[in-house]
Amino acid sequence: MEPAEDRVSAAAVREPRWVRWTLIAVAFLFLAVFLFVPLVSVFVEAFRKGVGLYLAALVEPDALAAVRLTLLVAAVAVPLNVVFGLAAAWAIAKFQFRGRSLLITLIDLPFAVSPVIAGMIFILLFGAQGWLGPWLQEHGVRLVFAVPGIALATTFVTFPFVARELIPLMMEQGPEEEEAAIVLGANGWQTFRRVTLPNIRWGLLYGVILCNARAMGEFGAVSVVSGHIRGETNTMPLHIEILYNEYNFAAAFAVASLLTFLALITLAAKSVVEHRRPVLALEPVPEGTR
Amino acid sequence: MSIEVRGLTKRFGNFVALDNVNLEVPSGELVALLGPSGGGKTTLLRIIAGLETPDTGAILFHGEDATERQARDRQVGFVFQHYALFRHMSVFENVAFGLRVRPRRARAGDAEIKQRVMELLALVQLDFLADRLPSQLSGGQRQRVALARALAVKPKVLLLDEPFGALDAKVRKELRRWLRRLHDEVHVTSVFVTHDQEEAMEVADRVVIINEGRIEQEGTPQQVYETPASPFVYGFLGDVNLFHGRVHRGRMQIGETELEVPEFAEADDQSAVAYVRTHEIDVAPASNGHLAIEGVIRHLRFHGASVLLELDRLADGQVMEAEIPRARFDELGLRKGQHVFLSPRSVRVFPTRKPSA
Repeated sequence: MEPAEDRVSAAAVREPRWVRWTLIAVAFLFLAVFLFVPLVSVFVEAFRKGVGLYLAALVEPDALAAVRLTLLVAAVAVPLNVVFGLAAAWAIAKFQFRGRSLLITLIDLPFAVSPVIAGMIFILLFGAQGWLGPWLQEHGVRLVFAVPGIALATTFVTFPFVARELIPLMMEQGPEEEEAAIVLGANGWQTFRRVTLPNIRWGLLYGVILCNARAMGEFGAVSVVSGHIRGETNTMPLHIEILYNEYNFAAAFAVASLLTFLALITLAAKSVVEHRRPVLALEPVPEGTR
Repeated sequence: MSIEVRGLTKRFGNFVALDNVNLEVPSGELVALLGPSGGGKTTLLRIIAGLETPDTGAILFHGEDATERQARDRQVGFVFQHYALFRHMSVFENVAFGLRVRPRRARAGDAEIKQRVMELLALVQLDFLADRLPSQLSGGQRQRVALARALAVKPKVLLLDEPFGALDAKVRKELRRWLRRLHDEVHVTSVFVTHDQEEAMEVADRVVIINEGRIEQEGTPQQVYETPASPFVYGFLGDVNLFHGRVHRGRMQIGETELEVPEFAEADDQSAVAYVRTHEIDVAPASNGHLAIEGVIRHLRFHGASVLLELDRLADGQVMEAEIPRARFDELGLRKGQHVFLSPRSVRVFPTRKPSA
């Protein structure tokens, strides 16, 4: 039935050929100008002064430190947000409770708020003059202008990705399969591992990929809390900015090309995962009661 | 294993889903919880399964209090309306699930699990589909897999929540006969929820009629059909005509017509409703001197072996229905617009609630 309806609606909205071609051309032109040309220019700029300089810019100690820090921050932020995303999505999708819609709204907060403000909040809370700053100082904990602060800010900025991906998926699937598992004698962990997780694995992976890409590329919030200490609290985006401000374009673009490369890998992984997402609606076996 | 429900009450916010429900299901019986949707029957079933906790009251399995027992420890089989099969597992793995999640000590070996699963799939006649995914099966097949999965853990009690509700009419009919046969074979105490009275009547040993969180009546299908305990049950089981009137000293006055109601010999001009099933009405072309209700045939519907007459009552235009055998219809030669006289063969009168008492 549905395909027939689709055909009908497709015919109903069919535009003249020139309209279609114009729309397609505009879309491609836009992509070319705003995405493809910059993408190419990043690599062109990176290699402008030769491969030698390019490699030198990448193995320079500050650059390596920035790469290491970026990986570390992602390694902290992504698992945290997987745990949080799973917990939040589970709670929202499977239970009815007071404050449920508030929770849904709050999950979107990092999307709604400018990352710079997110960074400022952490300074305000944990900075030397912040609410908790003196207490932290007394106990010798350094959050702001240090690695923990950067990890914290990144986690905050990236926390909607996994949850956002899982909530609609889990809501659509409903609690019935879990209930069936429990009635069959499965405990909580077995239910999660054997029923819930396989059902959401592709959505989860998709969320992780997006979350990771954002965690590595985050600039605003990290810029505020990092303090820009070279070789210590500079992530890759911050390192690139510093190099650029020093008119060291070749080095800046060399490191940028690494981040860009990461983005391309993310895109590839994302499209692979999208393909793997189960579309299992195969032909049903005819009703047979032999 | 017998099930006993004692004083069960459950509220969802302001909505009372179950209101002091008491019920006993003897061991080995197949009982239907029948009622309109939203009446609380699914809630009752889910509380028995442990998927929902009651506000007050107790559930007893085999005389033992199981109210506090976790769902996973209750040893019940549960069949969901929408199957709830594990979509990423093959039919085989679905059925094997309950055996595989057992604690290591109690878990059977792979060979034993395989044998048990194949036995069950043979029982539900689906052994040839063991490797398929649920999405590759038809609705009826899915529900049979769900049943095999529930039976795999050898449940003491089998609970089915509108098991055939999502299937089309023909498959539904086939499956419910099949469920009846299956129950006669495995004899596990079973409770199934349905809003389809035909289904309940056909399949169950006993029918429990639930409405607005209360049990209206319980008994064998024959008992509840022949002696409905309340106007609700009367209306719910089969098509009925309602006649409003007044009872006084053993007689009921409905417009110009009078009926004898000996059970209301004491009544003193009380308002009441008479319930008459559509097939318990005689139709005659002329008044036979008995107390009959005059009507005009408005519409004829042919239902195979019987004919359904839609009539307007002459006195007040009320719509009435009468179902008569095809042979009788042909004999009378009835046609649209004809005046006929209806005499109920069987009437059940319920007093309507007095405004003050």
